[in-house]
Amino acid sequence: MSTSSGSDGERPGLINAVPVRHYGRWVAVAVIVLLLLMLLNMLIFNPVFDWPFVLEVMNQTPVIEGLLKGTLLVTVFTMIVGVLGGVVLAVMRLSDNPVLRWVSWAYTWFFRSIPRIVLLTIMGAGMGLIFRDGLSLGIPFDWKIIEWLGLSGDWRFATLDANTLFSGFVGAVIGLGASEAAYMAEIARAGILSVDKGQSEAAQALGMSRWKAMRRVVLPQAMRVIVPPTGNETIAMMKDTSLLIALPLTAELFYQVGAIGSRTYQILPSYLAAVVYYLLITSVLMVGQSYLERHFGRGFGTTVKSDKAQAEIGLMAGSAH
Amino acid sequence: MRRPNADHLVEAVNVTKSFGSNVVLQGIDLTVDPGEVVCLLGPSGSGKTTFLRLINQMETLTGGRIWVGGELIGIEERKGKLHTRTDADIARQRSRIGMVFQRFNLFPHMTAMENVIEAPVHVKGISKREARQQATELLELVGLADRARFYPSQLSGGQQQRVAIARALAMKPELMLFDEPTSALDPELVGEVLGVMRGLAAEGTTMIVVTHEMGFAREVADRVVFMDQGVVVEEGSPDTVLLHPTEERTRTFLRRVKQQAEAEAQHDVELAKTLDALES
Repeated sequence: MSTSSGSDGERPGLINAVPVRHYGRWVAVAVIVLLLLMLLNMLIFNPVFDWPFVLEVMNQTPVIEGLLKGTLLVTVFTMIVGVLGGVVLAVMRLSDNPVLRWVSWAYTWFFRSIPRIVLLTIMGAGMGLIFRDGLSLGIPFDWKIIEWLGLSGDWRFATLDANTLFSGFVGAVIGLGASEAAYMAEIARAGILSVDKGQSEAAQALGMSRWKAMRRVVLPQAMRVIVPPTGNETIAMMKDTSLLIALPLTAELFYQVGAIGSRTYQILPSYLAAVVYYLLITSVLMVGQSYLERHFGRGFGTTVKSDKAQAEIGLMAGSAH
Repeated sequence: MRRPNADHLVEAVNVTKSFGSNVVLQGIDLTVDPGEVVCLLGPSGSGKTTFLRLINQMETLTGGRIWVGGELIGIEERKGKLHTRTDADIARQRSRIGMVFQRFNLFPHMTAMENVIEAPVHVKGISKREARQQATELLELVGLADRARFYPSQLSGGQQQRVAIARALAMKPELMLFDEPTSALDPELVGEVLGVMRGLAAEGTTMIVVTHEMGFAREVADRVVFMDQGVVVEEGSPDTVLLHPTEERTRTFLRRVKQQAEAEAQHDVELAKTLDALES
């Protein structure tokens, strides 16, 4: 090959050019640094931010208990209920059975329509009234059948008190979980639809049932699309546990710091304790999400199963084949 | 109702298929004997792929009957009435038939090895160790033993299709269906896939191949079936159908294929000339 430019025999070498100066960037950095200094100054020297008191509030047993039970545990359980429920609803929505499709649609419509605080308030106040005799497991319409047959007694095996069932911890999980399932249904549906139709065809051609193809082939791939918005939902759910006082459930972070605040008249530092906890939890959740994304993204990006395979890829890229 | 001839592995009688008002197949009769390689040829839209998908119940029959290994596909007769088969029964029938797709359809979240052992482990229920042993042999057969731990996205199209063939073979099917297995491949990767298929044919695997590769059909097929507009126009030995076709439609099709091949050859000749000129 011949080169037309450059003096004879001398070929251009390393580039040592002066980079373009981004003066706009420097201005932006200066402004941001200034604002950060102002913020730090306020956080440190404004006496309203009583940090020792914040730490003390964070260390109170009821606050920690509320954090663990009402905030974290409820989040974990509602998300389990929500994700499982959402996947079931999504599969129903995509099934051939028109009744299942309709039920799934109606469920999603209903629970997406009701604000969570309204749902929790009504559950706490209303379920005890609606199910005055408690919730029973038994034969449906037993009282009517017994009346027709001229018998007495009931055909119920177990009865639960509605007030205990729908308030407190279980009520929180049922209420928020039912609401979450509606949102997760849409997310899971989008995930399932994102998987190429050829995938379930190939799985079924190998003799898998429709459900097994869904479980082994389609859902694991759908997870790649499902996980990021689910991380969002989890973080939103963690924050929505602050609504649980509507149920009422008092063993929960926001209510507990509020109680300390109104007892000590140190309103702001008390609520700051909650803010710090919420920031911490969200950080942890975001780390967890990135691990999940890596797991379900396998085979799609550049992740390789082993170092050996990695080395082989290097070899392959190097060879002509 | 008439019984199928036990000698045939596949027997299709008067098979019809419509999608709504669109009639795709209008009465296909075809038999395939054990060990036979049958190539389905024809212009696109002739119904070859649909027919293949009917055998594996990716589509449901509109009319006619297909028997595979003496068993009716998709339906069964009980007390003189036809009943559709249950999902479990359909899955069992499919597990005896291997299918290779145009777009490979490997499972992207599994390595080549995991793709191959998936069905033996989770459909047949054999142990992972045994499945892995088998899979290693199969990957060796398709020349990819050293790619077992690679994900599909790390393999070339030809390698992916060969893994897909190994995956289908892992279920030890009585019949292999190939749906245009080389159509999605870059030209230089077609050969390696056809090579594997040639090997399978030589071992006596029963195969039905929908293809545009005339050379492969002529060399490997025991019988060539030419389809057009949902009917079988002509069938017979490769030499009869490809070299001495009796039907006008077959001739038209082959002429067009020939023109294309000649145009490509002409192109290649010119390319070679250019390269020669550059070299000198």
